[in-house]
Amino acid sequence: MDMKASKKKLGIKERYAHMTRGLGWEPTYQPTEAVFPYDKYEGIKIHDWDKWVDPFRLTMDAYWKYQGEKDRKLYAVIEAFAQNNGHLNITDARYLSAIKLFWQGVSPLENYVVQGFARAGRHFRGEASRVACQMQAVDELRHYQTQTHSISNYNKYYNGFHSQRHMWDRVWYLSVPKSFGEDALTSGPFEFLIAISFSFEYVLTNLLFVPFMSGAAYNGDMSTVTFGFSAQSDESRHMTLGIEAIKFLLEQDPANVPIVQGWIDKWFWRGSKVLALVGMMMDYMLPKRVMSWKEAWEIYAEENGGALFRDLARYGIRPPKGWADACEAKNHISHQVWLLFYEYGGAAAFHTWSPTNEELDWLSAKYPETFDKYYRPRLEFLRDKHARGERVYQGTLPTLCTTCQIPLCFTEPGDPTKISHRETVHKDEKYVFCSDHCQEIFGNEPEKFVQSWLPVNQIYQGNCFKPDVDPTAPDFDPLKAVLEYFNYNLGRDNGEFEGSEDQQNFAKWRGQAVNN
Amino acid sequence: MSVEIKAVEIKPLRNTFTNVAELIGGDKPASRYQEATLGTQAQTNMHYRPTWEPGFELFDPRRSAIQMREWYDLRDPRQLYYSSWTIQRAKEQETQEANFDFVESRCLHLSLSPEVKKLAIDVLLPLRHAAWGANMNNNELCSRAYSEVLISPAIMQAMDNLGIAQYLTRLGLMLEEPEILDTAKAQWMNGAAWQPLRHLTEDSFVIRDFMEIFLVQNFVVDGLLYPLIYDRFVDDSLTSRGGSAVAMLTSFMPLWFTQSSKWVDGVLKVAAAESDENKALLSQWTSHWRDRTITALTPIATMAFGDQQEIMLNEVIEQFNARARKLGIDV
Repeated sequence: MDMKASKKKLGIKERYAHMTRGLGWEPTYQPTEAVFPYDKYEGIKIHDWDKWVDPFRLTMDAYWKYQGEKDRKLYAVIEAFAQNNGHLNITDARYLSAIKLFWQGVSPLENYVVQGFARAGRHFRGEASRVACQMQAVDELRHYQTQTHSISNYNKYYNGFHSQRHMWDRVWYLSVPKSFGEDALTSGPFEFLIAISFSFEYVLTNLLFVPFMSGAAYNGDMSTVTFGFSAQSDESRHMTLGIEAIKFLLEQDPANVPIVQGWIDKWFWRGSKVLALVGMMMDYMLPKRVMSWKEAWEIYAEENGGALFRDLARYGIRPPKGWADACEAKNHISHQVWLLFYEYGGAAAFHTWSPTNEELDWLSAKYPETFDKYYRPRLEFLRDKHARGERVYQGTLPTLCTTCQIPLCFTEPGDPTKISHRETVHKDEKYVFCSDHCQEIFGNEPEKFVQSWLPVNQIYQGNCFKPDVDPTAPDFDPLKAVLEYFNYNLGRDNGEFEGSEDQQNFAKWRGQAVNN
Repeated sequence: MSVEIKAVEIKPLRNTFTNVAELIGGDKPASRYQEATLGTQAQTNMHYRPTWEPGFELFDPRRSAIQMREWYDLRDPRQLYYSSWTIQRAKEQETQEANFDFVESRCLHLSLSPEVKKLAIDVLLPLRHAAWGANMNNNELCSRAYSEVLISPAIMQAMDNLGIAQYLTRLGLMLEEPEILDTAKAQWMNGAAWQPLRHLTEDSFVIRDFMEIFLVQNFVVDGLLYPLIYDRFVDDSLTSRGGSAVAMLTSFMPLWFTQSSKWVDGVLKVAAAESDENKALLSQWTSHWRDRTITALTPIATMAFGDQQEIMLNEVIEQFNARARKLGIDV
């Protein structure tokens, strides 16, 4: 008996549409505005959500299948890494500073955007866009948690990993990525999408994620690099979401173009400032270097980004306002930030050191126009002082930019000898900035940025001590009290690499592993 | 006999992260669930108020009237983290996929009697929209909840809800032409039997208290709907009438409900035991939304069970009330 009915075969696109946009409906028992209260106030106009192009047609059954396979493999490596003391295979204990920076300053952002994408995944009116955002939300949870499980083993043996949440909430340099993430999360859902999916995932991810993961690959960090490979296909999906999102917004209404342009200007600049930390990592923290920050910037920002903005020109989008200044800074920022952290090394929860002669030569070769002229002499001066037993540590507190929250350490465009400094008076209060662009971001949203929790200002106001501390006690040491508020193990988490516990333990344990 | 491989042993400096140690009674070896979840959400020194909700901090327990001295007490007894979740779902998906293949290869879906097939379609297909509603509520929960112990299981639950909506869609596409999905949606939008449930679902979309959203969707609505539909209607009623193919195509749902109930019960039990105020509020919410859900499910139960409707519904209500009481909720 032939019972096969002749049923219509659905194409992948139609089938996927039934699996996603077919599920939603227009509410009638509650006003639509009450069910979706957040997708109008930013001024973005969407006329037809059905024009959203599904960036990847993934249903949950397939999602579970792929992700389950990936996670089985990944966790097998994480386990093997822990069981076999994989941490002893890294090139050099200095490499640990790179993963400390990633763990302290990048992983929490992965966790942050889970909620941001869940909000977008709930509050956009178009079902297809919501499903794409939800998939990214749960992917980001994956990234945060797999990073946690990879780093867990490092935390058992090395310093600086132990108090991620405490430090994120308190430490001066971590307020740079924290304020970046909170700026995105407190924005409306469309700005969030442009900030994270487009500006960050699409334009800048090759300058953040890829350098850290490549650094791991080059430096024998099996655990982190396996995570990186495993996350690659997720990241590709996230990048696709970013490009589809921006095209969709730009095609929906010409009035969206200036709003989106403003967000691109803002988030490109904010992102480029966060990336200064990555630049320092690439040029200084990797014992075996992948490429220079300048080279990475030229490939991923100038070439790829340039092509992208040529492509977006037909929508009326121009390159971000800070483009030229950011490109000029490629010659400087990694050195300026490393010098900053070297001098404030007593207050950072990772180690800093003087580069070897070979490393200085590498930097000279990679930065022929600037390194020997502006930075090598300073690094050599600091190294010589250290050799004389006078390791330089700044004891004073720096001035922070109100927007990006990085201490004023960047130089004027066109003049690498002069620190860039701007001021705005808003309602009788003075606000300080590192650049024209950070000043302009403040000027566009002063009510938001007057709220910036600036660690240095908070320290001066006495808000950065543990509750049981008595600042009037005769033996009160304010710097020590602040570092305790950060949850630092003083002398173990911070300061010079040479002579540090991490350096000594790594040498001792590696000796045990390779010698009798 | 045991074999012992010698490996170089290094004594660790510490066992786990500070934020975890603080919540498990000191620096002890911690599980993957604990390290992924405990104490990980930012807690203080937030920079900007949300533009979408300026009355609250970005992360703010005041988004619920429920109060906890320690929100991280609301742990998930399943101890799910992303990896264990996705690997478990991948296994369950494999079974569900095999069921789809089995039914299709043996044409079991074509051997359903016209009455059983129609009944299955009438009762189950509009529920894909209810599952989508659950997905919306769990996304809302994820985005607004305080503490990672609620945030992470909420997004996993939301994705489960989406998976269920998609399994129901596949069931529709297997049993009928694709237009059947439009017919079912028309029922959801305008069919008299479905209006109370759609009304309830839309009302749940405007709840702002995240613990209330959690309770309404995952405890009350699911807690009455899943036993009624998947245990009594699909597994008992349809199966006894030759509709076991439908039970195969929905085998994931009752299994999932049993698992997710462990999470829901774990959270509510601890929240209710925290204070009399919590207990009173949870009890008030439960009674209110239970009665509305019963009203909403009654016409669907009539469709599903005919004159057995009252018996079936009462069984489910009694089961639900007993569950609530065990959690310390007065109903």
